[in-house]
Amino acid sequence: MFEFLHKSANKDHCMVVTQKDQEHMSPMDGTTGMIHSFETFGALDGPGLRFVVFLEGCPLRCVFCHNRDMLDLKDYMKMTPAQLLATVLDYKPYFGKKGGVTVSGGDPVFQPKFVLEFLKLCRKNGIHTTLDTSLFTSEKNLKTLVPYTDLFMVSLKHFDSEIHRCLTGVPNEIILKNIHTLNNIIEQGKKLKKATPRLWFRYMVLPGYTDTSKNLKALVEFLHKTKNWELIELLPYHTYGAYKWEKLGLKYTLSDIKPPEIKDILKIKKMLEKEGFKVLLGD
Amino acid sequence: MANWQETIDVRDFISKNYKPYDGDESFLQGPTKNTLKVWDTVKNLLQKEFKKKGLLGIDTKTVSTITSHKPGYIDQKHESIFGLQTDKPLIRAVKPGGGIKLVEKTCEDLGYKLDPKISEIYGKYVLTHNDAVFDIYKSWADFYTPVGKFFRSEDIITGLPDNYSRGRIIGDYRRIALYGIDRLVEERKKDEQKLCGKYMTEENMRTRIYFHKHIQALMDIKTMAASYGFDIGKPATDVKEAIQWLYFGYLAAVKEQDGAAMSMGRIDAFIDIFAEKDLRSKKYSESEVQQFVDDFVTKLRIVRHLRHPEYNALFAGDPTWITCALAGISVSGKHMVTKTTYRLLHTLTNLGPAPEPNLTILWSPKLPENFKNYAAKVSVKTSSLQFESDDLMRKYHGDDYAIACCVSGMTVGKQMQFFGARCNLPKLLLLLINGGKNEFTRNLVIKDLPKLKHRDVLDYKEVSTRFFKMMDWLAKKYVETMNIIHYSHDHHHYENSEMALHDAEIHRFMAFGIAGLSIVTDSLSAIKYAKVSPVYDKDGIATDFKIDGEFPCYGNNDDRVDKIAVEVCKKFITALRKYPAYKNAEHTLSILTITSNVVYGKHTGATPDGRKAWEPFAPGANPMHGRDKNGALASLNSVAKLPYDYCRDGISNTFSITPETLGKSQEARVENLSNMLDGYFIKGGHHLNVNVINRAVLEDAMKKPWKYPQLTIRVSGYAVNFIKLTEEQQKEVISRTFHKTF
Repeated sequence: MFEFLHKSANKDHCMVVTQKDQEHMSPMDGTTGMIHSFETFGALDGPGLRFVVFLEGCPLRCVFCHNRDMLDLKDYMKMTPAQLLATVLDYKPYFGKKGGVTVSGGDPVFQPKFVLEFLKLCRKNGIHTTLDTSLFTSEKNLKTLVPYTDLFMVSLKHFDSEIHRCLTGVPNEIILKNIHTLNNIIEQGKKLKKATPRLWFRYMVLPGYTDTSKNLKALVEFLHKTKNWELIELLPYHTYGAYKWEKLGLKYTLSDIKPPEIKDILKIKKMLEKEGFKVLLGD
Repeated sequence: MANWQETIDVRDFISKNYKPYDGDESFLQGPTKNTLKVWDTVKNLLQKEFKKKGLLGIDTKTVSTITSHKPGYIDQKHESIFGLQTDKPLIRAVKPGGGIKLVEKTCEDLGYKLDPKISEIYGKYVLTHNDAVFDIYKSWADFYTPVGKFFRSEDIITGLPDNYSRGRIIGDYRRIALYGIDRLVEERKKDEQKLCGKYMTEENMRTRIYFHKHIQALMDIKTMAASYGFDIGKPATDVKEAIQWLYFGYLAAVKEQDGAAMSMGRIDAFIDIFAEKDLRSKKYSESEVQQFVDDFVTKLRIVRHLRHPEYNALFAGDPTWITCALAGISVSGKHMVTKTTYRLLHTLTNLGPAPEPNLTILWSPKLPENFKNYAAKVSVKTSSLQFESDDLMRKYHGDDYAIACCVSGMTVGKQMQFFGARCNLPKLLLLLINGGKNEFTRNLVIKDLPKLKHRDVLDYKEVSTRFFKMMDWLAKKYVETMNIIHYSHDHHHYENSEMALHDAEIHRFMAFGIAGLSIVTDSLSAIKYAKVSPVYDKDGIATDFKIDGEFPCYGNNDDRVDKIAVEVCKKFITALRKYPAYKNAEHTLSILTITSNVVYGKHTGATPDGRKAWEPFAPGANPMHGRDKNGALASLNSVAKLPYDYCRDGISNTFSITPETLGKSQEARVENLSNMLDGYFIKGGHHLNVNVINRAVLEDAMKKPWKYPQLTIRVSGYAVNFIKLTEEQQKEVISRTFHKTF
């Protein structure tokens, strides 16, 4: 059904992690946040209406990153967790029963201490919290975030670690391990009838890479093995963020890859639904 | 306490008899064959009208009154609710009482000729409203600029109803259905009796004349209904009659008057009481009830007034503002959603989207979830609804108020307003900078205005202090102008039938307005937070402004600038209130432009916020397009800060969002919109027009209008057929901020 285009990654597409990138990829440990921007009307990142905080900085360097402007630790606002909370509280009446705050970026695990403090404040103020993250972080960090996170939206860019490295600049083992850890925590919690975070898996459909039959097979296997997925969200690859690379004088390596066709995405959706998963796809 | 049987009290009847409906929309029925048949005929006529540049014909021989025309039909056999303004659908009538010259000119500019007899009578023997106003203008020194031009033509206050009907008065048309004409006549005769022993002051004499006019108008409505074969002397006995009776009342109003906004009022719970009774007794089926509602709405969609082509520049798309206020919460806390609320919204599905009637949801977070979802669903699908805060308005108007025009709340039958359009505050700011001269006409508008001390770089303290002082000068002129207009309208173009359907004693508002709030706010912010240097031409007129540095813009939920907007509103209404209004009316203020934001922009030079000369203003209370950068909710929060207590004639906000940004699925979009509305109104927002549409669709509609005969969008307090806007207005709508993620 799906053509297997790349046995391995096309070198021209691969991320070349520079010395400067390296410097900007190791997490920060301050409790003052570095915030790139906000989307006050977030209807696409988690359930309901959400205030989305885009944090500066990310431990990954994805070739398709649509927020490339958030990675170089250059342009950001400094805010304490309390200041950020005050900003968010101004929008609380819009959140309804499902909405709340989504911490995205960048990646929230890049500023774990700040995020933790902020999540604690949200919890205190009855605000639903979602982390949109790669989970490329230490197990310890993950475990501290779990009690204050209502929903994890996690993703894995590829099941082949080599190709993952090509696409994101880092291998996938840590991420896989963390997803398993998170799953176990949820499993344990459920047994003890404790409140546990909900779990969404976000899967980006990048033609020639993540839509290959091999990778999709791995995806299904992985999803069955890990369980506890409330929702699988398919994110069709898009090029809306490519201009940001150009603006920064960086080469966007995927310019020869076109966004996937709707019909192909729908095929993947159908396949996953047949496997028993609930799939979310923008219509 | 008296009840509705003893005195005229529709509210009492409603609150004692209506049945709140908590269910969902599954009971609704599709259009009947009759409905579709009538609607098809209307659709063809509408298409013909569009092809003939928006005018199917004018009856140039008959002065329109309640009884002037023979009965008119669309398709008599298949209609269930009857009555047209003239004897044929979409043929417009002349109502020269507002001003004969305009009617003559309109006919001429549209390729017709007004019957010379009408010209003679209204030119020679009758003093029209317009003539009376100008008689006063001409002898009022203050109405001239120092160089002898009419103040009115300097684009500071425009759109005033000084040569056309004022509108914005809502007759309580339900009274006819509930009491029958005979009882209403009897009651007004009693009111007359009460005046009998009173000393004949001017006020008492006028009141007597009015009462006499009311009684005459009521009899005329009865006569008009009789020509269609109905005796409305007695109360309506079923839902079909209830709709028919109240429609006759409305029809009388639009035969007599052609005010900009001729609104319907609040009829959902009222009609529903009759519908429930008939459904219970099985007199009518749900499908039949829906047919009556559909046919009624069909009639409202073809109400027409004769408008001069230039009028379209101010109020685009041939609007009539047949605003129907729906839902809301009662004073006792019970919601007022009924099945008929659903039925009225359902006409947008049965007949397809349309701008009229102007369906307005009186929203409260306390409305039942089912209804909130349905209303949001209809809004996402049709972009034809507006939402207004019931919680804000109930406080002032109780639970039997309605909306006149776009955002003007008034208790039905008990309150009315004197409509006062709006003034151009950015222009006032430019007058200040330019020593009292109009930057375009170069006319001296204000004499002896001292020059600014800081002319090279504008000084916030100096500019703001003097600007607020100048508001006082403007306020005096504005109130006086309004007094003249409404005195004259009362005397020469009185709304006989509409006022007959009010209480004998009423509360009056005088509604003033601001255009260009966001421009003035951002201009003051620029002067305060950045460095603004005017670029003067050889005559010392600032033709442009150089801005160095950044400044916060209204629409980003930034208090530094949002507070300026609040201050402008508060200071202006405070200035207006210093000057007594005609008939002791209560001053109110709106932040609403309709579509006149384009015209105002066209007549205003470059402003200190960086807006270029001729560029349109943002509509209503909207932030200027493209300046709201923190996402949709930040923009909403800024507007929600404007104080309704000081802007009681309404704060209009138009919100456009692409469907993809509103949510990933239909279900999510509906839920998100509903939550967004809850949030906006909890934050203190007053009004929101909602468009869920892609810019690409609008661009395509500009190119291929024939593909989009029913494409409806909300502009500023009302909805229009997009294809009926001028090219300029279409472009402006497209240039507005569409909230989207990318």
